[in-house]
Amino acid sequence: MTAQSTELQYETLQVHDLSIVYKTIYGDLKAVNKLNLSLRRAESVAVVGESGSGKSTLGLSIVKLLPGNARYKEGSITLNGQDVEKLKDRDLTRMRGSSAFMIFQDPLNALNPVKRVKDQMYEALNTRNSREGGTLDKEAGLKELIESLRSVRMPDPELIINRYPHQLSGGQIQRVVIAMGLLMRPKLLIADEPTSALDVTIQAQVLKLMRDLQKEYGMSILFVTHDISIAYAVSDRIIVMYAGEIVEDGPTEKVIRKSLHPYSQALIASIPKKTKDQGDLTTITGSPPNMLNPPSGCRFHPRCPFVMEKCLTTSPNFVENDDRRVRCFLYGG
Amino acid sequence: MDETVIEAKQISRYFLASKKGLLESVFRREIPIVRAVDQVDININRGEVVALVGESGCGKTTLGRLLTTLETPTSGEIIFKGEPITEHNKAKFRGKIQLVFQNPLESLDPRMALRDIVVEPLERMNLSSAEKTSMFESALSYVGLDSHVFAYRRPSDLSGGQRQRVAVARAIVSNPEFVVLDEPTSALDASVQSQVLNLLVKLHKNFGFAYLFITHNIAVARYVSDRVAIMYAGKVVETGPTAQVMTHPKHPYTQALLSAVPTTENKDLVPPVGEVPSLINPPSGCRFHPRCPYVMEICKTTEPKLRVSEGEEVACWLYK
Repeated sequence: MTAQSTELQYETLQVHDLSIVYKTIYGDLKAVNKLNLSLRRAESVAVVGESGSGKSTLGLSIVKLLPGNARYKEGSITLNGQDVEKLKDRDLTRMRGSSAFMIFQDPLNALNPVKRVKDQMYEALNTRNSREGGTLDKEAGLKELIESLRSVRMPDPELIINRYPHQLSGGQIQRVVIAMGLLMRPKLLIADEPTSALDVTIQAQVLKLMRDLQKEYGMSILFVTHDISIAYAVSDRIIVMYAGEIVEDGPTEKVIRKSLHPYSQALIASIPKKTKDQGDLTTITGSPPNMLNPPSGCRFHPRCPFVMEKCLTTSPNFVENDDRRVRCFLYGG
Repeated sequence: MDETVIEAKQISRYFLASKKGLLESVFRREIPIVRAVDQVDININRGEVVALVGESGCGKTTLGRLLTTLETPTSGEIIFKGEPITEHNKAKFRGKIQLVFQNPLESLDPRMALRDIVVEPLERMNLSSAEKTSMFESALSYVGLDSHVFAYRRPSDLSGGQRQRVAVARAIVSNPEFVVLDEPTSALDASVQSQVLNLLVKLHKNFGFAYLFITHNIAVARYVSDRVAIMYAGKVVETGPTAQVMTHPKHPYTQALLSAVPTTENKDLVPPVGEVPSLINPPSGCRFHPRCPYVMEICKTTEPKLRVSEGEEVACWLYK
């Protein structure tokens, strides 16, 4: 996307031509390939894709938490005007929290098991205070902690705050983690499948909470998920990833109602909407690509029902139209 | 057609919440009991697909294990085609009742060749090697895998979808009458999930297996099942024809569950308040009463039983 310079300052996140590879004994695994993406203030974007599509790698690369064998091969990530790759360790700690906060799939690993919830939340508050140069008042601090738990719809925050993580349920821990994130007042919340370990009813609570926070605090959300129905519930814009590339990007309602790329169409069609007496479910033939050696041309071509001659050899470019973009020769490319 | 294949009567399974050690025995300390499945009635007819839907910890997996004789009920009885299953005779039902687990990577022995994995259920039948090979080949062709290619491969050589196909082949090789499928597609990607669902439906139509399909995914339950049973905190709270329960849920929990599930039709999720109850110390009366929007006095003290109401069964005081 070619953002004009006047527009640039409104962008919370700018990812430009990002390529990330993992070094493995079998060779370089190209997890993310020349990816461009930008996120506005108070915008909620869902990244949808199957396992191995590079969606989690994208999330981790923004907060620089990639595993040791990953390399930023090319491109840049600009978060609130700062180039993430060039940040030193000290500044990184500051960035994680104030600029971006990440929550993970398994909330049980996110908290320290031998410390009370209260003490762990104080740490977040302390970090913010030292950043702002203020001192921490215990009384006022405690009040703020309880207030933040209340804002994530936690029942009985006065009791919860004195408990240890193992005394809480998965949904409660996920809410504590989100509350800690809120104390840091990040501009961008990156959530990597934050609800897959939770029950359906608790999941609905967390999703609704994220929506509310986005509106109340003007926080941007990057929501990584494999479930297109969850993406629909939580986002303003959906990005569909396949084999390390964005194949479609557009407003949620439009992408769901009339998706353009054959892969997004297949993904949406594979949600069971009928009963077994009404016939077979639509399937995507073939299996996900091997990222050590991705297919030539358009990476979806071996599984695509509309495959043409040039898809085999040439990689399509984005076709942009209004607020949508799609990477497919069916629309020009 | 309405012949019952398997029936559970007032079946319960309790677990001890922790191990009973020496100290507990000496001081006769009471160990808390987890009531994973508590007095449940369920019956499945020949050639019927029943979906068992509920959240994690509601006891749906334990109920599936009870019906496949992997767990022994604390109380109640299970009847397979008119014959009660007991501790002494359960071995003879093993070929007739099969189970497919959620994660095929964990349920298939990584050191066995696929042929040995698939024919393992035939071990007790005194078959010759040639007979086993032919049964292996037909089972594999039913699940859409080439038996010549796969016979001597190991589970680690396969993709997730292929592994689940092998698990299904293993379940059907002994020609069972009843198969429990415990979240068979939850570990799979969306595109692979529909391939496996299509396969399961095809096998059901061709061979008339009765399925108990355990899932937390409402869309999957709606697709595969004829009848659905909703579980909450160790109890079945509602059961009836799938289409009817999905469109007009009666029990307040079913209503809450359906409105909390994200779909591409409905953007506004309405989550129920509160947390999933503890099974060690479940709420008195109706177990859903602390979260129920229609709670009445009677709900707090007396537990509602499953009662017939307009073609389905529901355990709620709103429908007495």
